[in-house]
Amino acid sequence: MEKMILKVNGKSHEVEAAPSDTLLWVIREKLKLTGTKYSCGKAICGSCTVHLDGTPVRSCVAPVASATNKEITTIEGLSESGLHPVQKAWIEEQVAQCGYCQSGQIMQAVALLNKNSNPSREEIVGYMKGNLCRCGAYMRIIKAIEKASELG
Amino acid sequence: MNDHKNIKVDSSRRKFLRNASVLVSFASVPISFSLAGCELEAQDSIARELLQKELNIWVHLKEDDTVTISNPTSEMGQGSMTALALLIAEEMDLDWSKVNIINSPAVPDLFGVGWNGRGSKSMITVGSRTVRSYYTMLRQVGAQSRYALLKSTANEWSVPFDQLRTHNGFISHPDSGKSISYGQSLAFFDDGIKMPDFDENSLKQPKHFKLIGKINTRVDVPEKSDGSAIYSIDIDLPSMVYGVITRSPVNGSKPKLMNKQELEGMPGIIKVEMLDHGVALIGQTVQDVLNAKGSIEIEWSSAPADEHSSGEAFMSYVKQADQSEVINNMISEDGPVEEAFRNATQVLKADYFNEYVYHAQMEPLNAVANVKDNTAEIWLGTQAPGNARSAIANHLGLKEDEVKVHRTYLGGGFGRRSRHDYAIEAIELSKRIKKPVKLLWTREDDLQYGMYRPLCMQRMSAAINDQGQVVGWKHVIYGTGGGLLGSGARVEFYDFPSHAIGVNNIDHGIRTKHWRAVGHGPNKFAIEAFLDEVAEKTGKDPLEIRLELMKNHPRAKAVLQKAAEMGRWGDPRPDGVGVGLAFAERSDSLAACVCEISLTEDSEIRVRKVWAALDGGVIVHPDNTIAQMEGGIIMGMSSVLKEKVTIKDGKIQQSNFHDYELLRIDEAPEVLEVALIDSTEHPTGIGESGVPIIGGAIANAFANLTGKRLRHMPFTSDRIKEALG
Ligand code: FES
Ligand code: FES
Repeated sequence: MEKMILKVNGKSHEVEAAPSDTLLWVIREKLKLTGTKYSCGKAICGSCTVHLDGTPVRSCVAPVASATNKEITTIEGLSESGLHPVQKAWIEEQVAQCGYCQSGQIMQAVALLNKNSNPSREEIVGYMKGNLCRCGAYMRIIKAIEKASELG
Repeated sequence: MNDHKNIKVDSSRRKFLRNASVLVSFASVPISFSLAGCELEAQDSIARELLQKELNIWVHLKEDDTVTISNPTSEMGQGSMTALALLIAEEMDLDWSKVNIINSPAVPDLFGVGWNGRGSKSMITVGSRTVRSYYTMLRQVGAQSRYALLKSTANEWSVPFDQLRTHNGFISHPDSGKSISYGQSLAFFDDGIKMPDFDENSLKQPKHFKLIGKINTRVDVPEKSDGSAIYSIDIDLPSMVYGVITRSPVNGSKPKLMNKQELEGMPGIIKVEMLDHGVALIGQTVQDVLNAKGSIEIEWSSAPADEHSSGEAFMSYVKQADQSEVINNMISEDGPVEEAFRNATQVLKADYFNEYVYHAQMEPLNAVANVKDNTAEIWLGTQAPGNARSAIANHLGLKEDEVKVHRTYLGGGFGRRSRHDYAIEAIELSKRIKKPVKLLWTREDDLQYGMYRPLCMQRMSAAINDQGQVVGWKHVIYGTGGGLLGSGARVEFYDFPSHAIGVNNIDHGIRTKHWRAVGHGPNKFAIEAFLDEVAEKTGKDPLEIRLELMKNHPRAKAVLQKAAEMGRWGDPRPDGVGVGLAFAERSDSLAACVCEISLTEDSEIRVRKVWAALDGGVIVHPDNTIAQMEGGIIMGMSSVLKEKVTIKDGKIQQSNFHDYELLRIDEAPEVLEVALIDSTEHPTGIGESGVPIIGGAIANAFANLTGKRLRHMPFTSDRIKEALG
């Protein structure tokens, strides 16, 4: 166990963890930010996606040590009000069903739009294909990203 | 929180509740109101507050006009928590923007409903039963709640009851120009009012609906878009510890732990516990228990399922079907079927194969349990909270009201979460360690200790006369899964002069379970694909043969025609594009679709466009209905194109999403349109209706494209290459 500083959603937190502990469980259990979800634990589904310095990362396979000295953003930190343009579009398009995959979907979509503000359908599905949605909300995820891109 | 005696339950409220025959018919319910009060009180402080509010157990109205409606259903993405509240709000003429929804306590006697509104009450969210079962009852609740408010106001204002009007949460008396909000009217609310009965005819007619069919947002969507929605996996209790279990790799095998001491010495491990079906590790953090789980060494006893391999089972089904035509469990039989086959000009036969399929809900199973000497609490994403509560009480030797089930959102259910094996595990661990425990199933646990949609083969046969008509229809299912196998095998909308439909169950000792529409997936695939084979043999168009068979079923015909029209059935398609259609009923809803497919260079099917139509009776929540159809079709596509659990010597061969692949967003259709048929009929189930139509439609589109038949799901590139020769 080591003490380390994690900067999450603009705030610094001191946590005690082994460097190899996965970022996901530190975020969920030690920082109590439960919007980031566990689903596969092997970087196959995208439910656990957070940003490290703006880059989407699967926190279930990221050692916590890889996140020190970086800005970590979780779904809770996307906006004060929960109404980031992508979240607004998600609500307008009524994307969520069970909702469990959606934090990861939204984090991935935000990263896409930060890089490419006007993606084509092909670019959208290419960038989002690491994020599974068992409820099958894919049609609406695509529409919401297109809408968010219009909302700017 | 424990002092429920402080809650005032005055006798006049009791009288109101007793009079309200639908609201709570206490005469026939073995639970007294004060006991119900304890339940509400003990669940959480919000509920305690609500108990002290008017009007009744379903509707809590405040002076500031906010209304909180109790939700009895398990919200797992299907949207019925919104739909049910709309039923009450419609009949009460509520201002929808003032409505909040909370989960009701897990007390089926109070909040449950019988199937289709009849029979014994349960709180089980399965089989797309929720809206259709609660449809009349909750509108009656709304009507009675409105009546009580109106009657109190009529008395207070000394005006005739029938001169009062309601609109958007207000009561008005047009003659005098008086108006008051529902909340303000609480000042003179009389809860001793005697209720009339409201039968279906005295409720609003669909043409007067202002909310049903008009509201297109779901209440749970915002909190599912900002990470604040709470699932059981998110629950955190003081001094909670974590548990994981390594379970039998072969159903029924028993563990012998080889390295207990080593595990006990690992960082953060508090306890190693033996269970009948596995070994549990309890530790300080998830990381601790996951680390230790990787080192566990167990020798497993043999079990009957050791003998089972899914590939070999298929061969045994074919052999059995070839040897004997006996049907052990007849589902439906009509007309002189044997004679039809004896006298047929042609007999057509084909076998269809379906692998085990896994639920793969994105939230793996988990539960948080806290067992004390005489009480138990559990935080659970469950489709069957009432059954879970009984099972926990039974397991611990407690009374039901000593068990509190806190219902959270479900990160997907699809049938898996109507069992409570995972709840009992968490309860058992908490009992042994005397602390709150969060039990986590890893994805690997969830997949490998799953309960699968049954493995099965459909042997289809048609007797065709010299006019090219089907005069006999046989559909025999061979597989493992008992009653699960037969769902969707009936042909209620195709009038064959004779038919015999049944199941031969062969028990392989594998856990099987409902899976979104369960047998409808495999059976409708077989029926719809085989019907196209018959059409081809008899020189008929796939649409025409179905319309002819459906001629006495106008609703079914209309749905199929709608889908055909949307998908421009009969129009030529570009080169490299195949088109197919299919029809299926599920939970009394009728659905049909047309789809276009193409093949990739790697011989994979891409479903490009899907047009679907649904007749689900009165549609309470149209946008959500469309979302359910989209989701059902995409989940259906996933199962048809990609998903299979294979078993070798009793062991599951897949472990995570790398080898149990689900459909991804780049494989979603470019176009997926859904049309809802206008109807004033009683609502029917919609949550599963998208799944059964897509298998047959894809198989038929493939035949249209290539002239070859796919008869074994999933349609992977290997099987496609094999079919193409
Ligand atoms: S949980 Fe991290 S990618 Fe699936
Ligand atoms: S909304 Fe349920 S998994 Fe995506």
